[in-house]
Amino acid sequence: MQGDFAEHIRHLEAVGAQASEVRTVAQLDACDGLIIPGGESTTIARLLLAFNLMDPLRERIRSGLPVWGTCAGAIMLARDVPALDRPPIGVMDITVDRNAFGRQIDSFEADLTVRGIDDGPLHAVFIRAPVIRNLGPSVEVLAQLEDGRVVACREGALLATSFHPELTTDSRFHRLFVELVRARARGVGEREATA
Amino acid sequence: MTSNPASSNGSRADNGAGGETATWTVKAGLAQMLKGGVIMDVVTAEHAKIAEEAGACAVMALERVPADIRAAGGVARMSRVDLIEDIMRTVTIPVMAKARIGHFVEAQILESIGVDYVDESEVLTPADETFHINKHAFKVPFVCGCRDLGEALRRIAEGAAMIRTKGEAGTGDIVEAVRHMRSLHGGIRKLVNAPEDELANIAKELQAPLELVREVKRLGKLPVVNFSAGGVATPADAALMMQLGAEGVFVGSGIFKASEKPSEQAQLAAAIVKAVTHFQDPAMLAEVSRGISSLMPGRAAASLPLAEQLAARGN
Repeated sequence: MQGDFAEHIRHLEAVGAQASEVRTVAQLDACDGLIIPGGESTTIARLLLAFNLMDPLRERIRSGLPVWGTCAGAIMLARDVPALDRPPIGVMDITVDRNAFGRQIDSFEADLTVRGIDDGPLHAVFIRAPVIRNLGPSVEVLAQLEDGRVVACREGALLATSFHPELTTDSRFHRLFVELVRARARGVGEREATA
Repeated sequence: MTSNPASSNGSRADNGAGGETATWTVKAGLAQMLKGGVIMDVVTAEHAKIAEEAGACAVMALERVPADIRAAGGVARMSRVDLIEDIMRTVTIPVMAKARIGHFVEAQILESIGVDYVDESEVLTPADETFHINKHAFKVPFVCGCRDLGEALRRIAEGAAMIRTKGEAGTGDIVEAVRHMRSLHGGIRKLVNAPEDELANIAKELQAPLELVREVKRLGKLPVVNFSAGGVATPADAALMMQLGAEGVFVGSGIFKASEKPSEQAQLAAAIVKAVTHFQDPAMLAEVSRGISSLMPGRAAASLPLAEQLAARGN
């Protein structure tokens, strides 16, 4: 809908997936996995509501659609977002605090060890980034900062990251997501997309 | 994301998270997050709320919109600090503010109050007719205007992390925005097709660093995000600029000079946001244009005397 979807598409294609943009219910129906990109969560929330995508999306996620949210996308997936004035999609058992590090001058880059990603740390870019807390019992921590704050997690087929793997040249996180989608879609044909 | 090591003035983060702040990647990265969005000029906290509510991805905090700056004449400066801070307290989306071309102290003040982006803008009266701000020296990222590829690359060389084509602000006339976008993309196409041995001469003609010229040829686009600005007044204007290759749109006077009524301002603002999302879908553009009753009257850019042409400021 809004955000850096072009960067996600480039990475998905680099790891051999078929990627397309999702702006309508028909496009949503055609995909086997969805990335909600970085952008402005207030803007994305309004556009999902304005174009009547919120309910169909929630339904598809509840019936098992793999979704990865980066930054604004993670905010959209969370059950509870104290600083968002529209309800998010609300499908992941986490609380996400928006702009948890401050304003743009506090945005930063750091190396992270990510569970499920081998071959060394992942370089992560945090831009007006959120943090994840109140993880439910079925949510697994994938990465934390030095001070212990959670910045990546997984619940079933849902992934949430505070940072932007799409802004680097490292496609390992995209590979992880594509493998997750393929595992779910096996036999159904595969097609990943980004909203 | 491309690297621009010359501009990296990153420093160790002191937020307990580890890592480095103010790097080129995080400066240019915020602009990546704004893509496909609309950045709206606002002059009060109430306007800012209307903009956020309509789905703006950021707001530009201003004392007066460009149409009023034109009407008032005189010297246009950085907005009052209190006004910008009031707007920053009111919305959760990024807040940008304008500094005069070359006025690095206005930029220092904007950085110190924590605005998310500084627009070194020709809409304000220039403070320096020769030198732009050395934007590498700042932690806050900058957006700058351009009319063509050479101007865009000169600004990027100075440290701009985002570009907008200038258009002619405050007119409601899209013609200059179209001219500048076509000129920029024409310049890029020419460069992409040029053989390697002509690049040094092209860099000379563009008055831009050879290294950036090479990077544009390799990428087939600018190394930073490029929005359109200056004259967008309708959902169709916004979609036109997107179809011409803009990655998002600034709307200045177009929304809040269209009507005195907040409900009509809100409707037009939301329609422009939707037009940018569905810029390739004429049926959707018709749908969002339905019911819009009032637009800014506008003034033909071609009728402006030279002294009133803002786009010519800064080169």
